Amino acid sequence: MRHTLAVLVENKSGVLTRVAGLFSRRGYNIDSLAVGVTEDLTISRMTIVVRGDDHVLEQVTKQLNKLIDVIRVTDLGADESVERELALIKVVADASNRSEIIQIVDIFRARIIDVAAKSMTIEVTGDEGKIMGIEQLLRPFGIKEMVRTGKVAMTRGIKSV
Amino acid sequence: MTGATEKMTGARAFIECLSKEDVEVMFGYPGGVLLPIYDALYDADVRHILVRHEQAAAHAADGYARATGKTGVCLATSGPGATNLVTGIATAYMDSVPMVAFTGQVPSSMLGNDAFQEADITGITLPITKHNYLVPSADELPRIIKEAFHIASTGRQGPVLVDMPKDVTTDELDFSYPEKVDLRGYKPTFKGNPLQIKKAAEEISKSTNPVIYAGGGIISSNASSELLAFAEKIMAPVTTTLTGIGAFPGGHPLSLGMLGMHGTKYANYAVQECDLLIAVGARFDDRVTGKIESFAPNARIMHIDIDPAEVSKNVRVDMPIVGDAKEVLANLTKHARQCKSENWIKKVGEWKAKYPLHYVNSDEFIKPQYIIEQIHEACEDAIIVTEVGQHQMWAAQYFSFKEPRTFITSGGLGTMGYGFPAAMGAKVGRPDKVVFNIAGDGSFQMNSQELATVVENDIPVIVAVFNNGFLGMVRQWQELFFEHRYSYTCISGSVDFVKLAEAYGALGLRASKPSEVRPVIDEAIASGRPTVIDFIVEREENVSPMVPAGAAINEILDLEIKS
Repeated sequence: MRHTLAVLVENKSGVLTRVAGLFSRRGYNIDSLAVGVTEDLTISRMTIVVRGDDHVLEQVTKQLNKLIDVIRVTDLGADESVERELALIKVVADASNRSEIIQIVDIFRARIIDVAAKSMTIEVTGDEGKIMGIEQLLRPFGIKEMVRTGKVAMTRGIKSV
Repeated sequence: MTGATEKMTGARAFIECLSKEDVEVMFGYPGGVLLPIYDALYDADVRHILVRHEQAAAHAADGYARATGKTGVCLATSGPGATNLVTGIATAYMDSVPMVAFTGQVPSSMLGNDAFQEADITGITLPITKHNYLVPSADELPRIIKEAFHIASTGRQGPVLVDMPKDVTTDELDFSYPEKVDLRGYKPTFKGNPLQIKKAAEEISKSTNPVIYAGGGIISSNASSELLAFAEKIMAPVTTTLTGIGAFPGGHPLSLGMLGMHGTKYANYAVQECDLLIAVGARFDDRVTGKIESFAPNARIMHIDIDPAEVSKNVRVDMPIVGDAKEVLANLTKHARQCKSENWIKKVGEWKAKYPLHYVNSDEFIKPQYIIEQIHEACEDAIIVTEVGQHQMWAAQYFSFKEPRTFITSGGLGTMGYGFPAAMGAKVGRPDKVVFNIAGDGSFQMNSQELATVVENDIPVIVAVFNNGFLGMVRQWQELFFEHRYSYTCISGSVDFVKLAEAYGALGLRASKPSEVRPVIDEAIASGRPTVIDFIVEREENVSPMVPAGAAINEILDLEIKS
């Protein structure tokens, strides 16, 4: 079972180490982690996807809350939140298959952000399924390089974490 | 920040902060990057005790904190000084002891360059501190020290480390000490939820076989009298953990002594057959629960703890109350009624009569349990500090403690070498008390160099070395579970403890037969000097009873041997 946690932390050095260290030493598995500053410059927000049952989730939440630099931990239920990931995919491409790739990119509502004689770089945003989908379709052309952000997520509606 | 500011160096500010925190003593060891701090200490009012190894500084601060309830303070230089504190910090962390450890660090400009005596001590101590700081600039030192003491001493207490680069101590700042701490990520819950407390009180009134399982949290929150009032009102027997010893008077009719691996049979039987287990300030350690699936199988479990992360960590908890033990117990006592526990109390009484702690005494060989009984008889108000091993368990079993903060031991981490420096710290904090360090011949040798410190500073602790020539607890396990193959546990003849004491200028005494035990104890107490007593004890005495690791706590072995 996977859970998405929104973790508000003090925006200062060393906090990421504290959080990551907690996960590794207590044996929790992080599937993905994304960090960035929030609307308040003194606060960063981590989106952490963790694998485990309810007992693990409860322990992770409580242990995170014990860190002095952690301000708040919220479990974002899948139904009540929107989630996005971004990936950059560099594909081997030349004049012979360029248009085929462009078609795939259009279908996925992705964007081409770099074109060269022998490659194309594609930016795709979406949930995990969408990114896996386009990756699968581009693989036959030859993926030279791929980079993905972790997942970021937010509750639906006016409520905030 | 309020009040006028004054310009001073970081080192001076450091001293000022300690004075604002009412620190009366610190244990430390100087070094290169600490020179500005030590220069400021030269004519400061705060007492500084120079140890002989930084590990002892951390243990002494810990012993001081446990004996007094105040926050212990230690100080070490960068690199090896700082890493030598690590075991002491981990010990304090596992037993939730309030401590602030200060370390020197290489200048900020050299951080990360593998400079001389550089160690990433905030990185190293990340998992063994409640929180730690690398001070970024002199300006921030007062706020950080204020926060460090606040964090260490509130909520679930624990060690906090403050790492000070050299330039932080030499740079000037406008000093003013903050009056308040504002940490938006740190707001411990002191008051228990009133609704939960009412529900808990109802649950208690329904119980016929209640047991209170009290841990070190009672002592941390100074809740012993609340615990006594609670137990007497609801009429429930009380068992304590190792670190909870002293939280409830050992001689009280409702006392069951310690539970767990070397606990009393009646405590373990009572836990296994109770219908309601009320855990207060305890954390269901594996040495307490044994096989977790078979622990307290018939009981509803109520857990009162200040740390929400302890609730349902190891066992499923039916009724959690997060809050300070003192506050919650007082409230619960107000709402609770007496349990219908007459038959249960009778049954527990029968177990107590039928399965008392016992050993077979001897006229020829000194039994370690006998020494503990004799120390108790000679000085029942003493503070008993221990090292780790068989002697620690015998002290826990055979010395009947009346008051909190009189039994000081490394429970969670099980640190050999802890006892002697911790005893030193306890004696510094409670000079009015006789302080014994109950030691094994193995443990004592891990920090015996501190004899120099206690002699130099006239800190008259009494080290009772239970000398059996073995690393006894490991030997016991080898006897029981490894077919008597005593692999590297025999240390007989390694040192003459009387001469060792004398070499440092301490009093050295020896007892080789039972008739000599009491006289040397009395002589040591009367001497008022730092003393080492070498008790030559029965070599292969075992700690009994014993629940083998991984067994249910009512699967108990009897291990006493006859001489």
